[in-house]
Amino acid sequence: MSTPLLSAQNVSIYYGDKQAVRDVNLTVQRGTVNALIGPSGCGKTTFLRAINRMHDLTPGARVTGRIVLDGEDVYGPGVDPVTMRRRVGMVFQKPNPFPTMSVFDNVVSGLKLAGVRDRARLMDVAERSLRGAALWDEVKDRLKTPATGLSGGQQQRLCIARALAVEPELLLMDEPTSALDPASTARIEDLMTGLKQVTTILIVTHNMHQAARVSDTTSFFLNGDLVEHGATDQVFTSPRDERTEAYVTGRFG
Amino acid sequence: MNEPVRPRPLTRAPLSARSDRTFQGLILALASVIVLVFVLSVYQLGRESWPALREFGLSFYTERTWNPVSGQFGAAQMLIGTLVTSLAALVLSVPLAVASALFVAEYAPKWLANPVGYLIELLAAVPSVVYGLWALFVIAPILGRWQQGFFADPANVALYTRCQDLWNSGQTTLQCFFVPSAFDGRGLALAIIILTVMILPYTASVARDVIRLVPADQREAMYALGATKWEVISRAILPYARAGILGGVILALGRALGETLAVAMVIGDSQEIIKSLWGGASTMASVIANQFGDAQERLHRSSVVALGLGLFFLSVAVNFLARVVIARLTPKGIQ
Ligand SMILES: Nc1ncnc2c1ncn2[C@@H]1O[C@H](COP(=O)(O)OP(=O)(O)OP(=O)(O)O)[C@@H](O)[C@H]1O
Ligand SMILES: [Mg+2]
Repeated sequence: MSTPLLSAQNVSIYYGDKQAVRDVNLTVQRGTVNALIGPSGCGKTTFLRAINRMHDLTPGARVTGRIVLDGEDVYGPGVDPVTMRRRVGMVFQKPNPFPTMSVFDNVVSGLKLAGVRDRARLMDVAERSLRGAALWDEVKDRLKTPATGLSGGQQQRLCIARALAVEPELLLMDEPTSALDPASTARIEDLMTGLKQVTTILIVTHNMHQAARVSDTTSFFLNGDLVEHGATDQVFTSPRDERTEAYVTGRFG
Repeated sequence: MNEPVRPRPLTRAPLSARSDRTFQGLILALASVIVLVFVLSVYQLGRESWPALREFGLSFYTERTWNPVSGQFGAAQMLIGTLVTSLAALVLSVPLAVASALFVAEYAPKWLANPVGYLIELLAAVPSVVYGLWALFVIAPILGRWQQGFFADPANVALYTRCQDLWNSGQTTLQCFFVPSAFDGRGLALAIIILTVMILPYTASVARDVIRLVPADQREAMYALGATKWEVISRAILPYARAGILGGVILALGRALGETLAVAMVIGDSQEIIKSLWGGASTMASVIANQFGDAQERLHRSSVVALGLGLFFLSVAVNFLARVVIARLTPKGIQ
């Protein structure tokens, strides 16, 4: 196998004195979709946010161990979290477009942060990103209208497009469909398979079917521990740990 | 013996329905009182200003001469004075207020943020007259010293002489506008300074509250795209909060337009055309404060009240405009 895109080595995460993630080791290969599953409060979000250093913004939060993205320790000395975050896209649980910006400005907001001013280039990237998020046909005639005029599902795809626009090596998605209706959810699930061509996805989900449908590997968290990590087929059909089996068969969680 | 059982809900429901109705009536009565007071004050203002408005017509608000001796009354000069002092104070105070709100909401550690926020709010609780005294005894001498220093230079004295000729003929130039015309520090500039401080807490505390209310996911979305703290503030937080901040600005403007006592104490009460930033001027409110007591003559008195009427409509217009603008700027339809 080639070198993994992401590797977490002995990662522990604390909120003050409270340990929320314990000694996690995990690797993610390029061009795959990886699901993080587990009961509420087990540390999935906490782990996900450690990867793009969002915990830097939470007073009292602390990350130990190494998280290596494409050969570079993201917590290494001299790493600027601001430039580091440009390499990682993030999609949140609730659609959160910038409400005072147009559809177009939302999509290119990351590029503008990176200093891109060239209109033609921005337009190009906006179209490509919106196509990538399967939203282009629905919004191509209203790029200049406020982003909040879109439906919830469209807003979430807009947020995906916004994340894609900076061509992230890794896309983090924290329950991206939990606030959406089944039709919008299906659209976003369909999207993910295509997105593997351009990026690598780490997705937190509570929906077992979603994990089984879209992901190549699955990691099962429980009380801050990574209990099991492996190919999705294997985790769902022949889990090695009985706690995993109990969870994926719906006996708890 | 068996007592017949009474259905209990019947005795309870009408009671609560009755108290609901009583409460509703009370609220309605209170609301009507407010409307009544409003209508009565407009009526009274209108009645009292009628002699002046009949005499001068609407040109009362566009004429520049205000001369109680000759019985000539025009409010244009005070209207300009009101707008100039208020807008200048707004321009100076809004950046300060937003900066202090950002400091309190985004930068300061908690142990510092709360006391600083409290101090800023306290500024709003200081009585006008205290601001007026502070301006006269603290700020005016400082400005006065600067003005005296200005005249220590012979070249400036020559400039002053030239400007004075202009001023006497009722004119000014941009250069002369910034030449001091007095030595005691009082005047338009002092009024602007004091208004700036007085309205600062209104914008600052409203801005602080709306900045704190910007949802975390808006900030995080911007951070996750690779933004610095300042970029998060300027591209996510301030745009999201702009309508609310503008609400605070309008509140401050309303306050500045109507501020009376402190301005009346420091502005130099001159009804002549504004020729220098450092010279005397007057606002609608300051003229009311300074002249109402002495206005024995009927037309004079009525003209002073007409100033009040104009100020009233100016405030209403500002508030109306503010509502329109705020409604347009408020982010809508967030999922
Ligand atoms: N900012 C915080 N401060 C303190 N404790 C926190 C904070 N955020 C999360 N926690 C705690 O850390 C643990 C893991 O939380 P986390 O949000 O990562 O769970 P999760 O697996 O994402 O759950 P869910 O499926 O409900 O989203 C929980 O016990 C939670 O209470
Ligand atoms: Mg979570």
